[in-house]
Amino acid sequence: MSILVIAEHDNSSLKQATQSVVTAAKAIGGDVDVLVAGEGCGAVAEAAAKIEGVSKVLVADNAAYGHFLAENLSELVAEAGKGYSHILAAAGTTGKDFLPRVAALLDVAQISDIIRVESEDTFVRPIYAGNAIATVKSSDSIKVITVRPTAFDAAAAEGGSAAVEALDIVKDAGLSTFVGEEKAVSDRPDLASAGIVISGGRGMQNGDNFKMLEQVADVLGAAVGASRAAVDAGFVPNDMQVGQTGKIVAPQLYIAVGISGAIQHLAGMSDSKVIVAINKDEEAPIFQVADYGLVADLFEAVPQLEEELKKVI
Amino acid sequence: MKVLVAVKRVIDYNVKVRVKPDNTGVDLANVKMAMNPFCEIAVEEAVRLKEKGVASEIVVVSIGPKTAQEQIRTALALGADRGIHIETDEEVQSLEAAKLLKSVVEKEEPKLVILGKQSIDSDNNQTGQMLAALTGMGQGTFASEVVVEGDKVNVTREVDGGLMTVGLNLPAVVTTDLRLNEPRYASLPNIMKAKKKPLESISPADLGVDIAPRLSTLKVEAPAARQAGIKVADVAELVAKLKNEAKVI
Ligand SMILES: Cc1cc2nc3c(=O)[nH]c(=O)nc-3n(C[C@H](O)[C@H](O)[C@H](O)COP(=O)(O)OP(=O)(O)OC[C@H]3O[C@@H](n4cnc5c(N)ncnc54)[C@H](O)[C@@H]3O)c2cc1C
Repeated sequence: MSILVIAEHDNSSLKQATQSVVTAAKAIGGDVDVLVAGEGCGAVAEAAAKIEGVSKVLVADNAAYGHFLAENLSELVAEAGKGYSHILAAAGTTGKDFLPRVAALLDVAQISDIIRVESEDTFVRPIYAGNAIATVKSSDSIKVITVRPTAFDAAAAEGGSAAVEALDIVKDAGLSTFVGEEKAVSDRPDLASAGIVISGGRGMQNGDNFKMLEQVADVLGAAVGASRAAVDAGFVPNDMQVGQTGKIVAPQLYIAVGISGAIQHLAGMSDSKVIVAINKDEEAPIFQVADYGLVADLFEAVPQLEEELKKVI
Repeated sequence: MKVLVAVKRVIDYNVKVRVKPDNTGVDLANVKMAMNPFCEIAVEEAVRLKEKGVASEIVVVSIGPKTAQEQIRTALALGADRGIHIETDEEVQSLEAAKLLKSVVEKEEPKLVILGKQSIDSDNNQTGQMLAALTGMGQGTFASEVVVEGDKVNVTREVDGGLMTVGLNLPAVVTTDLRLNEPRYASLPNIMKAKKKPLESISPADLGVDIAPRLSTLKVEAPAARQAGIKVADVAELVAKLKNEAKVI
């Protein structure tokens, strides 16, 4: 068995999710190679080579892969991945975009968003917004899998010394071009891997009020998230949405403020270690999953929270 | 320009999902079913393209049992012109769904195919991408804006780091995200009119597609329940608990 992990990165740094995917790969067993596809991504390849347990790093450095366009990336991975028993990527928006295309090119199924490895062909994954957990077995010759990073510990970033090999496969499908992007800029930790997350919902009433949460986040070194309702209402951008169809988070501490606790939201955060809910409605379903519930008006409780935290941190 | 929209019949998103006691799956008996919410957004986008004069015809396709015709009729009531039902009682997984849709694409030759980014039952998020690969089309996944200009479409995508816009040659595949639009409701007159719109029914065998699944489900379980927590009286108690009991700050 040999496993190809497709690195997630932004051409300059490797995303921590990749280390979690390496852990999932090790749980399957066999050699673990990492493919870094991008443009000017040499530093990423070096970082990948240091991950503990990686045998080899393949680098496809070409303008065709600079923006991770699925049409180009999938042709590359389908070709580079042919000799492998498994092809894995993180279940982020990049992996979700190109990997099903790889599966189709190889004429195999994809197993999405696995949270556990049972054996080389059997995997566990949530379905129905996490209301059910399915164990599925694949009969395909190559298993193409996206991995939920929060379900696997990150492999050590240091300790490996894999060989780095250039991969001379250039695939430009000519179907798509990069037009532009609006990147969220924040000095706070990455939402998907932050140790503490504070999220706001419709109860926040507007985008300005999210400043209250940002101030608490800055005391805690936390990331700020949101419910779908808060994103739909335009309070905050889409990349902050936590849930079934947004980001999956599993921090040590998740603080839900003015969020009712719809199943689609819970799907994205119910694996958090400790959950705090602040809501003025004592019947809100969020209290059923909260370790600590505070029934209060958030406009009073959140500023108090900031003050109290400053005293102890 | 012709637009093809694929819709799926799924459990209504408000229904509390229950795992069957024998762990073979989820209990769907006597449960309210509906069009997958992302597919509603796909239909809405197609209808808006038609209202703008960009789309000339909207064909809606669904794969599933006889009852999936209800969702096709819903799409027709929302403004689609004609329906295709690929009827099967078998489980159809994403790759096989993509193959069925591919044969419809070959026959209908749409300029744009719009699908939901994921269905809220399997949560796979695969079919649109697979269809794009099989038909050699470009893809704009997780779309929050779709702008057709001549023989190109610009798709703004909701990605982990923010928004990204790609330009695709037509024909292309688009999969919808939540912010693309807010679907309308069907009016009663339109529901009546939809009953008379053409709906063709075919089988996977008619299309020559093998739909045997590649993945077998060994068991389906309920998730581990979280232990009920406590209510704290005030913020001071909350912070004390987080510091001394949970030790997370
Ligand atoms: C296909 C689909 C996908 C979805 N995906 C997601 C997803 O990924 N993530 C997600 O979050 N949702 C998702 N949803 C939406 C989900 O169903 C809920 O609608 C949404 O989570 C509700 O957001 P909310 O809790 O902020 O708003 P509400 O349900 O309106 O809750 C607001 C809460 O704020 C409280 N509140 C109001 N004012 C105050 C105050 N002053 N002080 C304290 N508390 C106050 C209220 O008591 C209430 O409990 C999805 C839905 C669908 C159909």
